[in-house]
Amino acid sequence: MPMHELPYHQPDAHGHFGRYGGSFVAETLKPALDELLAAYADAQRDPAFRAEFEYDLKHYVGRPSPIYHAKRWSKLLGGAQIYLKREDLNHTGAHKVNNCIGQALLARRMGKPRVIAETGAGQHGVATATVAARYGMECCVYMGSEDIKRQAANVYRMKLLGATVVPVNSGSKTLKDALNEAMRDWVTNVGNTFYIIGTVAGPHPYPMLVRDFQTVIGTECLTQMPELAGRQPDAVIACVGGGSNAMGIFYSYIPKTDVRLIGVEAAGFGLATGKHAAPLTANSPVGVLHGNRTYLMQDENGQIIETHSISAGLDYPGVGPEHAWLKDSGRAEYVAVTDDEALAAFHALCRLEGIIPALESSHALAYAAKIAPSMSSDKLLLVNLSGRGDKDMHTVAEKSGIQF
Amino acid sequence: MSRIAKTFETLRGQGRKALIPFITAGDPDPDMTLPLMQALVEGGADIIELGVPFSDPMADGPTIQRASERALQHGMSLRGVLGIVSAFRRENGNTPVVLMGYANPIEAYGTDVFARDAQAAGVDGVLVVDYPPEECVEFSASLRDHDLDPIFLLAPTSTEQRYSEVAALGSGYLYYVSLKGVTGAGHLDFDEVARRIPVIREKVGMPVGVGFGIRDAASARRIAQVADAVVIGSRIIEEIENSPRDEGPARVRAFLREIRMALDSKSGRGFEEKP
Ligand SMILES: Cc1ncc(COP(=O)(O)O)c(C=O)c1O
Repeated sequence: MPMHELPYHQPDAHGHFGRYGGSFVAETLKPALDELLAAYADAQRDPAFRAEFEYDLKHYVGRPSPIYHAKRWSKLLGGAQIYLKREDLNHTGAHKVNNCIGQALLARRMGKPRVIAETGAGQHGVATATVAARYGMECCVYMGSEDIKRQAANVYRMKLLGATVVPVNSGSKTLKDALNEAMRDWVTNVGNTFYIIGTVAGPHPYPMLVRDFQTVIGTECLTQMPELAGRQPDAVIACVGGGSNAMGIFYSYIPKTDVRLIGVEAAGFGLATGKHAAPLTANSPVGVLHGNRTYLMQDENGQIIETHSISAGLDYPGVGPEHAWLKDSGRAEYVAVTDDEALAAFHALCRLEGIIPALESSHALAYAAKIAPSMSSDKLLLVNLSGRGDKDMHTVAEKSGIQF
Repeated sequence: MSRIAKTFETLRGQGRKALIPFITAGDPDPDMTLPLMQALVEGGADIIELGVPFSDPMADGPTIQRASERALQHGMSLRGVLGIVSAFRRENGNTPVVLMGYANPIEAYGTDVFARDAQAAGVDGVLVVDYPPEECVEFSASLRDHDLDPIFLLAPTSTEQRYSEVAALGSGYLYYVSLKGVTGAGHLDFDEVARRIPVIREKVGMPVGVGFGIRDAASARRIAQVADAVVIGSRIIEEIENSPRDEGPARVRAFLREIRMALDSKSGRGFEEKP
């Protein structure tokens, strides 16, 4: 086997990625997770399941999403060529919908008429509400009351789609607390309810199955990059909140060891301020939250601390266990960019390419902008443009001192 | 013999059921925990479950969440909890104390160091809500090395296969979660509990306590007809929440006494009695 095609088999049968992952949940949920794992294994063996998933990705989501060469921006930066994987063009405006379709199909297969979800930016909530409408399921979305304020438009979208949005007032009133509340709902209604987790976190098998449903992103890139750019990229760059868009684009490239994989976390006000959401880059201690073991932002007593990012979708104290594993193994690198750097990239893409990116995705763009100038112009950077920025109008306007 | 085993043996000899109240350490503030524990003993507690507060108590309903938040606001930590247990032990050598909490504070403390310090403080058992048996093999061994009982949960959703896994790793007693839901919820299914407990007791070979959703003397007494122990949490925390700070212990004592009397009254007696 050539050196640049290393085999990769993660997680193990119990959902462990090395020392990370696992299923750290209260006993009531354990049988539900076992049931989910069995149903997923069964679905994977069923060509009809695969076919329906692919049909909906094509005809409902609009896949494959294109890759776009950001020529003007690359030229201005004066170095490597930047290519964008356009997940922002998906129905509902982000990569999240890929996973929601997969999980909703699983829910239907398991005979669960009700789906629940947690959401931060509202993108996963909107995607879940969308597929619930599409498949005729009852839908309940948990959202921190802080995030409800930041993402009012998405809250209304979810309601239009027929979902109930439940404000979560506990803890820091953000994504992590929404996840806690969704778990509580699931424990209570485990018989008829399917929990659609929005990222590659949570207890086994979620990190694995969310990754699998998002893998379509990278798989498409494998054929699109040679078609458009003549070869595979030198580096693949994606933002990391929980890590689903990053795993989705990384996964197919993991065996291709001459392609650098770079995950970009939110440095918020700066790593030194402590007000960030970058557990990998900051080398936070390893701990257990939301069903898995991973790097975790916490105080010396093991209490989870409040995070900060301008982008609600990255504002999370943990990170998917597979990223923890990829960091330790050295296969992927993790870096962080600040709110201000992300905003600068946001504006650059608007002005130079006519694309309004999500603030989450702007973190990946910002890192590309950071390294591109020092690279030669025949180098290729592939950035996952995980979503569009319409939902962020309020945040960006406020930053610029503009009131609607 | 461990303090927990001895407690159940004594009760069995007397034909009585164990009463296990739960409070969160540090709620409403750290100075009140010791007086509250003493009030629980005076009110008839056989074992005390002491909650270790955590910022993200995923398996708890609003009442225990609030208790956790109050405790954390007052700077309660796992180290602080162990300090409280040490102080309790200086005055009470008999009543077992079981710590109940989540994995992360224990991992941040260091699991082996925790087991050592917990033993030194006089802790008797440890229940980590988000350590199901498959994630708890090493930690259980570490607890046993320090003569601590690893306590596990079983739920209405648990398969019989899981009863055996718990039996292999746990000791002291088994905690049966009497409903699908979080702590403090109200929809207790007595018939389901009555059906399950004898099967579980036989499979796990230890006393079975039932908790989640027990709120008053009547429900405690019904549960005690089939279970070996009754666990009451949220209802006691409500009592603390609704009392002026200094009256908390007296109110908790009075509340628990009522439960104790119901458990010990004639019709609640006897391990073999069926409902
Ligand atoms: C557009 C977009 N990108 C990225 C993320 C971060 O999630 P993940 O790291 O799972 O891709 C979100 C989350 O809401 C999002 O909406």
